[in-house]
Amino acid sequence: MCTTCGCGPEDQHHHNHDHDEKHDHGHTHAHRHEHKPEHQHKHEHHDGTVAKTISVETDILAKNNRLAEGNREFFTEKGVFVLNLVSSPGSGKTTILEKTLRDLQGKLNFAVIEGDQQTDNDAVRIAATGAPVKQVNTGAGCHLDAHMVCHAADNFDMDSLDVLMIENVGNLVCPASFDLGENYKVVVLSVTEGEDKPLKYPNMFHNAQVMLLNKIDLLPYVDFDADKCKAFARRINPGITIFDVSSKTGEGMDEWYNWLAAGARKKV
Amino acid sequence: MHEMSITQGIVEICESSSEGRRVLSVTIEIGELSSVIPDAVEFCFEACARDTALEGARLIIERVPARGHCRACSAEFPVRAYYEACPACGDFGVDILTGEELRVKELEVE
Repeated sequence: MCTTCGCGPEDQHHHNHDHDEKHDHGHTHAHRHEHKPEHQHKHEHHDGTVAKTISVETDILAKNNRLAEGNREFFTEKGVFVLNLVSSPGSGKTTILEKTLRDLQGKLNFAVIEGDQQTDNDAVRIAATGAPVKQVNTGAGCHLDAHMVCHAADNFDMDSLDVLMIENVGNLVCPASFDLGENYKVVVLSVTEGEDKPLKYPNMFHNAQVMLLNKIDLLPYVDFDADKCKAFARRINPGITIFDVSSKTGEGMDEWYNWLAAGARKKV
Repeated sequence: MHEMSITQGIVEICESSSEGRRVLSVTIEIGELSSVIPDAVEFCFEACARDTALEGARLIIERVPARGHCRACSAEFPVRAYYEACPACGDFGVDILTGEELRVKELEVE
């Protein structure tokens, strides 16, 4: 039985998390015990089959949203700034994380949740920076959800953290719909992709508050109009904050770091 | 393919609302701007409903049209996609009023 949300062991086999490794870190989060076990007793009764209409009016994502809200309260209580990094595969999320963790070492304490369908390759890369990391493999799943994040966060000593980075599964569609309890969704787009991606995947750019335009060191070699791309992003989401960065050369990373540090300071 | 988890969510909500009674039909609302494809939900529904109170139930999907409100000129108008400008003044600061719904509306039970 998992202590954080009341789910039974049969609910957990689809995403791997080691429940026993860190349940002694002393924090309680009773407010995250959100979902009650829903009993599914199915029995036939009566023979008169008079149909009855029940008004439900329930948001299909209500359960995820409830768990996400629980996560958000918990992160706030712990003073941890939480970002949900989303993008298509190959935009450079993991490289941005590696560089950020290395450059801000000693200034901010990070932990990372890595979401991928399979392998722990990214977790190995993050671990090499010295930051605590938890890999979540979604198997057939195309996104992380609030439940997975709730369990993955149990692996960290939240009291010692400033920032929790959640690297979502590389996918510009599905992760847009699932709130994880983060403070901000950060969408990463690289200049080796099409500049019209914000228009092609509007939900994601609509739901993100920050966009990192990555690999700008490659701009001289590709047919990518950065101004046009940013105009498209602002068309979908006029308030979006955009940083031009190269995680390879470090260009533009300072602005991103300043934004990150300001967010972390606000949470304390 | 997040329609699979969406559909599992539908089945869970229906099972807890139907309190053990067999579900004959379920009506859901999917907004035109929600990133959920009705056909894919229908495709997943049969598999998700198997061995539950919803097995054999009819799935009725109602699309909710999208409407927007312009922050600049306060016009209200139908929206086909997130990146459309306000038809009255051309501004892109458009708040979505409806069209993002993803909701179980009602059930018909035995």
